[in-house]
Amino acid sequence: MSNSIAQNRSFGAAMWDYLTTVDHKKIGIMYLVAGGFFFLLGGLEAMAIRWQLIKPENDFVSAGFYNELITMHGTTMIFLAAMPLIFALMNAVVPLQIGARDVAFPFLNSLGFWLFLFGGILLNCSWFLGGAPDAGWTAYAPLSTISPGEGVDFYVLGLQISGAGTLIGGINFLVTIVNMRAPGMTYMRMPLFTWTAFITSTLILFAFPALTVGLFLMMFDRLFGSGFFDASMGGNSVIWEHLFWIFGHPEVYILILPAFGVFSDVFSTFSKKRLFGYTAMVFATVLIGFLGFMVWAHHMFTVGLGPAANSIFAVATMAIAVPTGIKIFNWLFTLWGGNIKINSAMLWALGFIPSFTLGGMTGVMLAAASADYQYHDSYFVVAHFHYVIVGGVVFGIFSGLHYWWPKMFGRILDETLGKITFWTFFVGFHLTFFIQHFLGLMGMPRRYWVYLEDQGLDFGNLISTIGAFFMAIGAIVFLYNVVITSIKGEKAGADPWDGRTLEWSIPSPPPHYNFTQTPLVRGLDPLWIEKSEGRKGMTPAEPLSDIHMPNGSILPFVMSLGLFIAGFGFIYQKYDLAWLSLVFIGMGILLGSMLIRSLKDDLGYHIHKEDLEKEARK
Amino acid sequence: MADKGTEVHEELDYHKYKKKEEMKRQVITFALMIVFTIIAFGMVVSGLDKLFIIPIILVLAAVQVGFQLYYFMHMSHKGHEMPALMLYGGVFIAFLTVLTMLVLIWW
Repeated sequence: MSNSIAQNRSFGAAMWDYLTTVDHKKIGIMYLVAGGFFFLLGGLEAMAIRWQLIKPENDFVSAGFYNELITMHGTTMIFLAAMPLIFALMNAVVPLQIGARDVAFPFLNSLGFWLFLFGGILLNCSWFLGGAPDAGWTAYAPLSTISPGEGVDFYVLGLQISGAGTLIGGINFLVTIVNMRAPGMTYMRMPLFTWTAFITSTLILFAFPALTVGLFLMMFDRLFGSGFFDASMGGNSVIWEHLFWIFGHPEVYILILPAFGVFSDVFSTFSKKRLFGYTAMVFATVLIGFLGFMVWAHHMFTVGLGPAANSIFAVATMAIAVPTGIKIFNWLFTLWGGNIKINSAMLWALGFIPSFTLGGMTGVMLAAASADYQYHDSYFVVAHFHYVIVGGVVFGIFSGLHYWWPKMFGRILDETLGKITFWTFFVGFHLTFFIQHFLGLMGMPRRYWVYLEDQGLDFGNLISTIGAFFMAIGAIVFLYNVVITSIKGEKAGADPWDGRTLEWSIPSPPPHYNFTQTPLVRGLDPLWIEKSEGRKGMTPAEPLSDIHMPNGSILPFVMSLGLFIAGFGFIYQKYDLAWLSLVFIGMGILLGSMLIRSLKDDLGYHIHKEDLEKEARK
Repeated sequence: MADKGTEVHEELDYHKYKKKEEMKRQVITFALMIVFTIIAFGMVVSGLDKLFIIPIILVLAAVQVGFQLYYFMHMSHKGHEMPALMLYGGVFIAFLTVLTMLVLIWW
């Protein structure tokens, strides 16, 4: 029914529908589109970086532009590509996995998305307005506080706005998972992806405030003449580094944990076994989240914290290898003796294990504080974090997309194209980054725009650039796959993979109320339990009755637009106070929308029992 | 019938008793909080040594926050394990942050 309506609607109506939607599935799709766009943008920046480094003393880009490229590549990939794509999967899947009809705060969910998008757009506006930020994605003071122009101002304001969106999204998922689980869905029956989404949301809740505070201090230093990071005014630039990494280290676990969750679900589905060591997996996830807050200073070993502090943080960092190792072995044991089916989703998961383990090994090497003095700021570090972020997070996103694409869009991604994507990307990835370990050990520093001839770096860099092109081809094939699949892809049933968890018990794509009747969960892998006892679907936990749904609203879009406008005002008022008018207009729009939201009753609507019955008979 | 009647009656009594207890506790904490505030003000007015006043005021403040959370915001009741966990988690992270700033930067 929803399909026939979609076909009859005009483009404008569909657009309005997406602008005002509070449906977690549509918000998930918007996160996917926006995150995918920024992923391509970040990829383009990466290609420019690699092209510049293809030969010694290349002059493809200028030194200043190279700084902008590396800064924006890192910032875009972390904040605007990886995080939103993770949120896309969480939005699409978590409510379905716990048997909920929607998230706890649908309005906030939509607000979180629009804040992220407008923050990202604000950040990228800098390209056209006098130059992008150029102080590295870590924006260390004092480089960032004295960087001329408005580049770093865009970094501060853009990340502040999109960071607020992420924080809101994280809180929403926390409350959703705590409060909205179906009857019988105890914590220890939640699928691993939901568990990791839960821990990730907790990390967002605790880590993002540090970034918010850091960005505010930097905003005041750059725009309002304060001196938090200025030693000549009694400040201290190391404060920024601490605040950034108190946020920044949990951030990498925010990214990787949901990927771990994807792999756990994929391995158990395609091995036809329940996840090996489920309890240990949950425990390891919680432990990684906990330890993630106690290791941030391993990014700062060379700052001069002293041997005592360095040792404490080195030991804490190495401790993280233990829960991660538990996870790796549990995945291997899940595969062991399973009825394994290798398709695209599974390929990404299988490719992840050796790739991520390599990244983990170099991680332990880097954790040794004394050795880190050698590796610090060299390509060895670049190789390490690309192994964990690409080999972990990006592989996880691809795996999750192949796995849940049928649930999100009702069509199965083409397998042949999927396998081509995997192999080109996988080979390209190792070609690009494996050699960078050795480039780093040979002394090639990070963030330099050129290197000299005949220092043993020429050939390695050439190989690395060739590898990057393979990765680009892989990404393009995936895009082609998406287009081809949406035109003439194989239609998916409710349960194309013979799945184990709740999301496979409802149609693909699900109706906007998800579950006609809330399901009764009788154990881990609830759908599998019902199937193994000969039932076709879940037993409902409630009689068929009216469903209460929230109304859509344009306010989240308008509020984010207000902050976007105010952002420009904050940046340009440093030249002319007349720009403050933009701050007043933007904040006025924001506060006005908040007032409307507070004063206007919006009680939602009901889907009536009779309509649900009619739907079921069709 | 009669049995059921007494049962309901007993349950009602139980709830009444519970409510009374709760009320008693709230009044006691309220009184204590006022006393704490008076002590804090009194110490400042009496002009004692700063090094003595500040730690005591901080301790009193911490106890008051505890009262607020547990008696007025009902964290002592069942079903508040998750908010408690989150609160203590947040306090822990904030403590670590402040500790780092103290130890690694300002000392």
